[in-house]
Amino acid sequence: MNSLTLWFHKIGSPRTFYRIAGAVAPWCYGAALALGAVGLYGGLVLAPTDYQQGDAYRIIFIHVPCAWMGLFAYIFMAANAFIALVWRIKLSEILSMASAPVGAAFTFITLVTGSLWGKPMWGTWWTWDARLTSELVLLFLYLGVIGLYHAIEDRRQAARAAGFLALIGIVNLPIVHFSVNWWNTLHQGSTVRLLGPSKIDAAMLWPLLTMALATHLYFFGSLLLRTRIGLLELDGGKDWARSIALGESHERAGARTHG
Amino acid sequence: MTPTRKRRLIVISLVLAAVAVAAGLTVLALQQNMTYLFSPSEVEIGRAPASARFRLGGIVLEKSVKRSNDSLRIDFIVTDRFKDMPVEYTGILPDLFREGQSIVATGAMHDGRFVATEVLAKHDETYMPKEVADAIAKAKAKARKGAEARD
Repeated sequence: MNSLTLWFHKIGSPRTFYRIAGAVAPWCYGAALALGAVGLYGGLVLAPTDYQQGDAYRIIFIHVPCAWMGLFAYIFMAANAFIALVWRIKLSEILSMASAPVGAAFTFITLVTGSLWGKPMWGTWWTWDARLTSELVLLFLYLGVIGLYHAIEDRRQAARAAGFLALIGIVNLPIVHFSVNWWNTLHQGSTVRLLGPSKIDAAMLWPLLTMALATHLYFFGSLLLRTRIGLLELDGGKDWARSIALGESHERAGARTHG
Repeated sequence: MTPTRKRRLIVISLVLAAVAVAAGLTVLALQQNMTYLFSPSEVEIGRAPASARFRLGGIVLEKSVKRSNDSLRIDFIVTDRFKDMPVEYTGILPDLFREGQSIVATGAMHDGRFVATEVLAKHDETYMPKEVADAIAKAKAKARKGAEARD
C-alpha cells in the first residue's frame, strides 16, 4: 500500500475523521463569518447601485451564492453517494447524507430570495418557467433524500437507498443550470461565467465572489459538524465513540460512571 | 478492485447512463412544446395558439407606450425587431417596465391585437452602475454619429 492510499484510509476512518473535523470546523465557521461580513458590507454598502434595478439588485449577493451552493451541495452529495454505493465506505455515506439538509436550506433560501426579488422586478412572485421549476424540483429531490434516509430504520441501508435517489436526481442539475439557455425563460441567463467575460461590473463582482467563498466555507463547516454527529451515532457501540462519550460526560459531571 | 466492487461500479454506471439518456430525450422532446413564450414573429407565422391563452415575449417598442388618462389601460407595441404586435393591458406594471425593455405578456389574440391579462418584465443578465451605463450609451451615440458622418 503506498503512502497516499494509506493516508486516504487513515483519514477515512471514523475515529480520525471525527478528530480532524472537530479541529477544522471552527476555522471554517470563523472564516465564513469574516468573509460573509466583508462580502455583505461590500455588497450592501460599497457596491454601486444598478443602472436599471436601483438598490433592489442587491439581493443577488444572497440569492446567487445560495443558488450556486444548492447545486454544489448536490454534486457533493451525489459524488459521495456514488462512492458509498460502490465501495461501501461508511464515511462517504454520512458525508452524503449530512450535505442534504444544508443543500436543501440553500435551495430554499434561493427560492425565497428569488421570489422576493421577482415581485417588484418581474411583477410576479412565481412563474412556472424552466429555471424556477427545475430549482423547485431540486428542493423536492433534497427533501426526498432526507425523507427516505429517515424512513428506513437501519442507518446504513437508509444511506444507501437515499444515496441512490440522490444519484438518480443528478440529471436535474444540468437542467437547472442550462434551462435559461435551452428554453425561453423569464429568468435571465447566467451573469457570472467561467468561460468568457462576466456581465457584471467589477465593483459588484468582488462582493459576490466573496459571498460565494463564505457560503462554501459555511457549507463545509456545517457538513463537518453534522458528519461528526453522524459518525458518533453510527459507531455508538465502538470503543472510540464510547471513550469520547464517556470523556465528555466526565468533563461535565465530574467522575460520574457510565450507566 | 474486488469483483464485487467492480460489478457494483458497472451496474451503477449503467443505471446512471440510462437515466441520463432518458433525461436527455425528455429535454429534447420538451424543447418542442415547453415554450414559455412566443415572439411576435412566431405569432405571425401561426406558431402560437389562435384562440387559447399564451405568453408573448419581446421588447417594448420605443415611443409606442400610450397610457389612458382616466383608467389603468395602457397600449403599447411589442417587437422582436422583425415583427410588431400591438398589445393592450389594464393593470399595474412592474418596476422594470419601460420602453426598450424585454417583457412577457400573458393573454390571447383578439381581433389582431394581443389583450394581456398579466405583464411581466424580463431582466437581462447585465449588472452595472448607472455611470457605466451612461458612459456606454454616450459612446454608442458617438459611434453612431461618427458612422452617420462617414455615410
